[in-house]
Amino acid sequence: MLKQIEGSHAVAEAVALCRPEVISAYPITPQTHIVEDLGTLVKDGTIENCEFLLVESEFGALSACIGSSAAGARSYTATSSQGMLFMMEAVYNASGMGLPIVMTVGNRAIGAPINIWNDWGDSMSARDAGWLQLFVESNQQAVDVHIQAFKLAEELSLPVMVCMDGFILTHSYSQVDIPEQSQVDEFLPAFEPRQVLDPAAPLSMGAMVGPEAFTEVRFLGHQKQLDALDLIPQQAAEFEAIFGRDSGGLIKSFESEGAETVVITLGSVIGTMKEVLAGMRDDGHSIGALTIRSFRPFPSDALRAALKDAKRVIVFEKCLAVGMGGIVSMNVRMALKDSDTLVQSVIGGLGGRPITRAGLRRMFEKGLRDELEEPHFHDINMDIVNRELEREKQQRRSGSVAENILRDGGVVAAAKTI
Amino acid sequence: MSQVSDSQQKVKFYQTGTFTAGNRLLDEQHRSVQATMDRCNSLDSGHRACQGCGEALGARYAIDAAMRATGNQLIAANATGCLEVFTTPYPETAWSMPWIHSLFGNASAVASGIAAAMKVKGREDVRVIAQGGDGGTTDIGFGCLSGTFDRNDDVLYICYNNQAYMNTGVQRSSATPGAARTATTMPVGENPGNVFGTGKNVPLVAMAHQIPYVATASVHDLHDLEYKVTRAMEVRGARYIEIFVPCPLGWGSKPGDTVKLARLAVESGMYPLIEAEDGEISGVTRIRNRVNVEEYLKLQRRFAHVLKPANANQLEQLQAIADRNIKRFDLCRVEEEQL
Repeated sequence: MLKQIEGSHAVAEAVALCRPEVISAYPITPQTHIVEDLGTLVKDGTIENCEFLLVESEFGALSACIGSSAAGARSYTATSSQGMLFMMEAVYNASGMGLPIVMTVGNRAIGAPINIWNDWGDSMSARDAGWLQLFVESNQQAVDVHIQAFKLAEELSLPVMVCMDGFILTHSYSQVDIPEQSQVDEFLPAFEPRQVLDPAAPLSMGAMVGPEAFTEVRFLGHQKQLDALDLIPQQAAEFEAIFGRDSGGLIKSFESEGAETVVITLGSVIGTMKEVLAGMRDDGHSIGALTIRSFRPFPSDALRAALKDAKRVIVFEKCLAVGMGGIVSMNVRMALKDSDTLVQSVIGGLGGRPITRAGLRRMFEKGLRDELEEPHFHDINMDIVNRELEREKQQRRSGSVAENILRDGGVVAAAKTI
Repeated sequence: MSQVSDSQQKVKFYQTGTFTAGNRLLDEQHRSVQATMDRCNSLDSGHRACQGCGEALGARYAIDAAMRATGNQLIAANATGCLEVFTTPYPETAWSMPWIHSLFGNASAVASGIAAAMKVKGREDVRVIAQGGDGGTTDIGFGCLSGTFDRNDDVLYICYNNQAYMNTGVQRSSATPGAARTATTMPVGENPGNVFGTGKNVPLVAMAHQIPYVATASVHDLHDLEYKVTRAMEVRGARYIEIFVPCPLGWGSKPGDTVKLARLAVESGMYPLIEAEDGEISGVTRIRNRVNVEEYLKLQRRFAHVLKPANANQLEQLQAIADRNIKRFDLCRVEEEQL
């Protein structure tokens, strides 16, 4: 059914259609609306047979899901930012035990400085935690990928994160086709766990493993993710057959075939990019884009195939490996290590900085001239940075970097208006 | 005296120096779960606990009693710690019950999740316990524990209190008593050992959550321990039992003194045995043979410095704590029927 609804509410409705049995909820911006809406759907009886746990922390939220999933219940939670970091020990634990929990991450920056706006710092901090990480571009895709996530998780016995841009998707209203319950029931079978806590067949879960087996356990976790590289497109095709939509899969091309320059990104920013790139193509540039929908497992083969004719790749990412550079671009370079394709790394949109069409066009044109420094910080104000560096040189007690930059920015902005 | 059935073990000796009657003097229905041949041995032999481990003893008593009370429909979530490590390294396990270890600080949250799953599956006959040591309970697991209490989830949390982090090499926890030597509170300098005036009393904190049942128990009194676990399983909602479990390794005591030390801790007033329902004290175990704290301390190297004349003030402070417990919980009132 077509609805004009908020992204968070659409996700709540999608999760409800998946017949979750245990949902644990803790508020953190910007995922909060999702668990609020789920609470209502459980209370008003829309979701039948479901326990809604109001926990004391994100650590408790995922830990409760670990217990419920181990006891054979389909389990869901959602988090963002600091919440993800607070539950990180449980994040690794859930994947290590092979518990198919589905968790929405409303992507948000990590402090300090505290910042509630969108970037991918939270999800990226868990990129090596053994979870599948599926990034979505729109609220329609968020709905569709959540339904696929439960099936993927339970088939693989691995937890799945659905990563959606905080605010940009979670808080925006758009037209979303909410599937019928009968369609979801046809696609998603009941949860059949590989191991379960059951008094009729006692087993010990989560016990210690020494050096004699740890490597093999880790290898199998890695291998399972590689298996998912086949399963994800397979399930996307099954999904399309039932729901009539291409949603999910490993990567998605936006006129990247045959383009000299291909822009690679994740998530919702492709919406703005599509318009910019269409304009550039109209002006005669050979440029297209593709999004990585499955960041874990990383679709190296699919990328290599899609980029075989590309001379230049510009990776645009809302995350940073401090002291190293771009995280997505590192992964792309690894995938393209045997090719001559030039990979340029652009870091942008950190802490919710707006990504404008004009700014993107300027940056892409610089990229086409191979003039992007490595890595390129999109829309950075180097004057302000340099003045702060000067302050630090001049006085030992130079104070809070964040505060200084804001004061400086305010003074400069005020001066400009005079 | 009733006939002894085949399932009852013939007890071969009396405990001496205690007020505990030997099992064979008791009616069958008053005998302990451990005295029956059909006890479930949920924590089975062959594990790696140290000789004289109070925690292994306490866990075996408590879980077998809980299994009996639930008709063996029980699932356990275990915090990281001695109990987890000595019972399970894969591929071995000493648990003949469904058991999960997740992390150090989340046993109660995991148990809450299991209880939610059982509820949603219509299996409320399956009951859930969470268990951990004092570090996993009073320190790192405290937030999740309080959450389980707050939501009144149908979970019995059992804390095996040996008053320090034993698994990592005897470091201070918030359950370590004043003056005690641990690896992080060494008996050096002024006021040797753990600082007085610190720590938390989690049974009282549990009571402040107004949960249906809170109790403290000790491995020297098996009948009382089994009674409290059984009582806890008669109640729905969040319940907390703390069991006093001496640790020969961490305390510097003889393995053979574990039960004696547990008894002396109670009889000196250092470890009061209480029960509370809905936040109100509903019962205390009276002390029938009161001893000075020195009797309890002198069997433990962790308190050796307290007994030196130079640290007489520490001994006084510990005695004052015991005296305060006795007064606070009225532990020495002589019951009418005993007169």
